[in-house]
Parts: sequence; C-alpha cells; structure tokens
Amino acid sequence: MSTPAIRMEDVHKYFGDNKVLTGIDLEVAEGKVVCVIGPSGSGKSTLLRCVNLLEQPTSGRIFVEGDEITDPDADVDGLRSRIGMVFQQFNLFPHLDVMGNLTLAQRKVKGRSTEEARTIARKNLEKVGLAERETSYPAHLSGGQQQRIAIARALSMDPDMMLFDEPTSALDPELVGDVLAVMKDLATEGMTMMVVTHEMGFAREVGDDLVFMDGGVVVERGDPRQVLGDPQHERTQSFLSKVL
Amino acid sequence: MATSPRKRAQRNRLIQYAVLAIVVLAFAVTADWAKLGETFFNLEIAAGMFPDVLVVALKNTVIYTACAFAFGLVLGLVLALMRLSPVAPYRWIATGIIEFFRGVPALVVFIAFQYGLPVAFPGRQIPGGTLGVVTIALGLVGAAYMAETIRAGIQAVPKGQAEAARSLGMSSSRAMISVVIPQAFRIVLPPLTNELILLTKDSSLVYVLGLSLATYELTSFGRQGLNTENNLTPLVVVALCYLLITVPLSILVRQMERRAERAR
Repeated sequence: MSTPAIRMEDVHKYFGDNKVLTGIDLEVAEGKVVCVIGPSGSGKSTLLRCVNLLEQPTSGRIFVEGDEITDPDADVDGLRSRIGMVFQQFNLFPHLDVMGNLTLAQRKVKGRSTEEARTIARKNLEKVGLAERETSYPAHLSGGQQQRIAIARALSMDPDMMLFDEPTSALDPELVGDVLAVMKDLATEGMTMMVVTHEMGFAREVGDDLVFMDGGVVVERGDPRQVLGDPQHERTQSFLSKVL
Repeated sequence: MATSPRKRAQRNRLIQYAVLAIVVLAFAVTADWAKLGETFFNLEIAAGMFPDVLVVALKNTVIYTACAFAFGLVLGLVLALMRLSPVAPYRWIATGIIEFFRGVPALVVFIAFQYGLPVAFPGRQIPGGTLGVVTIALGLVGAAYMAETIRAGIQAVPKGQAEAARSLGMSSSRAMISVVIPQAFRIVLPPLTNELILLTKDSSLVYVLGLSLATYELTSFGRQGLNTENNLTPLVVVALCYLLITVPLSILVRQMERRAERAR
C-alpha cells in the first residue's frame, strides 16, 4: 500500500478548556475525495485546518505524504505549499488583481519567474472558466467567481492535495453549481481532496468516502451512498433527517 | 397642547439664524475696519514678503515636514511591528517609546535634542544640522502617533488574509510584507494624512533651535516680519501659506475616506 496523502493519529484539539477534537484517527488515500459533514461546532473545520497547521493540534500527529507536519522541526511552509486550501470566505487578496493573486505565492514561495508564473496562472484560470478575468480585482467579481479564482490560486502552486473548508457556504444558491463543477472536474482528474461541506449531493456523487463528525469525534465513516442512504449511527440519522 | 415636533424644529432653526445674525452684526458695528485692514491686511508689507516667504519659508516648512514624516513613517512601522511581536521585550520597548513620545510635548523633545544631546554625548552631534534635528525630533513624535495607527491598521486586516497567504506556503514575514501591510496602509491612509497635517504645523517648533535666514520656516519667518514691521500682516500671510499646504491635504483625506466608504 502506498503512503496515504493525509494521516492523522490520535489528534486532540482544545481551545482553552473547550475540547474541539477528541482522538481523531483519519486517513486520506492518494487520489481520493473525502467529504466531512456534521453539525456546526462539530469540529470539522478545525480538523481540516489542523491538516496544514493553521490550527496547531494540542496533541497527536499528522502526516502529509509521510512527512510529519506536527514535528516541531518540520518545514511547515514547504509542506503547506504542497497542500492547496480553499476557504469559506474566499480570502482573495483585495489589493491585487486576479493575476496578482495567482502569481504572488508562485514567485515568492516557488521562486518562479513572472513569465512562468503567469503562464501557469492562465492555465488554471482557463480550468476554472475565468480566463478573461485576469485583470479584474476581487471586489468586482461575484462570490462564485471569487471562489473559483481562489481555487485557481491554490492550484497554481501545483499542490498534491486540496483542502476545501465549506467552499460554497458563503455563496448565493445560484452560484454554488459553478464552484461544485470545478471541484468535480478536479476530482475526476485524480486530485486528492478533503472537503468540509453541507452539499450532500456533492458528497454522494463525487466523494469516495464520507466522514460524519459530531462533538469532536468521527461518528461514522464509509461509502457516501451507504452512509447517506442507510446511516448506522443514531446521531448520523438525526443529523441527516434534518438536512436531507 | 405642545407644538408639533416639526414646528418646534422650525422655531429652533429660526433662533439659530437670529443668534448668528446678531453676532455678525455686533462684530461689524464695533470693529474698527480701517484699523483692522491696516494691521492685518497691509498689502505693501505683504508684497515685501515675496518671494522669500515662498522660496525660503514655505520650502523649508515642506522639507522639514516631509523629512520628519518619512522618518516617522518608517520608525512608526517598525514600532508597530514591535508592538505586535511575539517577543515580549520588543513589545515593552516599543510601548515605552510610544508612550513617552506621545506623552511629552514636541517642544520638549526639540529642546532635548538641541541642547540635551550635546551635553549627553560631548563632541557628537546629529548630522544634517537643523534639518537633521528636525527630522529626528519631529519624526520621533510623529512615529509615536503613527505606530499606534499602523498597528490598528494591521489588526484591522481580516485574519483570513494572513491564513490564505500562509496556506500558500508563505512565511509569516512574507505574508506580512506582501499581503497584510499593503492592506493595512490602505486602511490607515486617511489618519496618516491627518498626521502629516499635524506635523506640518508642529514643524513651527524648530524656532527653538535658533534659526538663520536660510533655515527660516513659515512661523519664524512670520515672527521676524512681525518684529521688523510692527504689523500683523506677516502672520496673516504665513497663516495663508500653511492653509496652502493643509487644506489640499484635508480635501485629499476626505476624498480617500469617501472612496473607502464606497469600496465597503
């Protein structure tokens, strides 16, 4: 068996006295799409943010392609550049145009020349269907466009895997489809993805694996159709009955 | 029954206009216009101040202010970053410097640099003569104020911005330089311009350094005119020159604030 893209071993996370994650063990195999669902406050976003160490786990170990990112001596910046991340609020850089957003980290982190960075950026803009927007500023784009730009920005670093933190939750309903379509394309291309989402349709259709979290623990995990269609655990049943 | 709110508002407005009219009228009647014109707006004396008031005094005021502002801005940014440093002693030092120079009158700082420093460090002096002393003394005072403004600006940039930068593999200093600070400066541009206006006026304090004809700035130039002419016209001319600098700046501030409002 090859090394999993992400492996979490007994991850605990406290915010002060508040226990958010309790003994999480989780693996994401290379090329797989794992969707994480659960009620708000269940710790699913925190879990995702632990993977690239935006949140430092209180204890436990996390491996990215076999390299331990929780190791105090780890090259965290280097590991992060292999992990793309997409946020609920897009977090595009408002002072830069689209091209600037896509090329900044390529030049400063990867050391690419401006020309090379722009070529890669254009390729990714095309992929998300916004090739004509390279001189726009984020404020002039719709939420759906901003999120697709954010995906293109992450892809421009040639990541080995992508983390999505509720990528469509801040969008108007009619804009959700475009973003999900881009994510689906990525999955089809074989990108390893970990997706925190409320889009059950996406989880069922695209996901290889579904993780249901509640109260900081993984309650149920399995094939999305199985979990969504015939949840075994009582908490999963009660959550799904509310959202489906 | 009391009058309706609308009637009451109307009556209040009428009273306000009446008060204004009475004050203006009283001033117009009691003032000695001929004497006022002679003392404040003597064209002959005003004409005699040109071109020196512009090519020496105004120019020096602008140079002193610009140098102090530039130095203060850089130092203010450094102090702001020190205030936000995870290293506690940096925070203490920055807080100490900021509190000291915000709390002490600029005049005292000027005197300390001009007369205190040569005593403290015999044989040494600040390079650049008058300009050097102004840059450092006024710059320090400005930096203390600007540091707090810049710090607030940095903290006003949403956390997600730094997180997005870090998630792309940028180091924390790279994220600060390329992502957070450029956005922070946009936020604090209006208050920083206000600070520039304050520094323009505070540059008048250089008079305590003892100036020569070539280093006169607006206020000292006006005072000299006041002494030789025994007339207040030079002060009026100088005041107008200050407005020449500060009014465009405050218009600029208002425009920037409006634009920021729209961008929201």
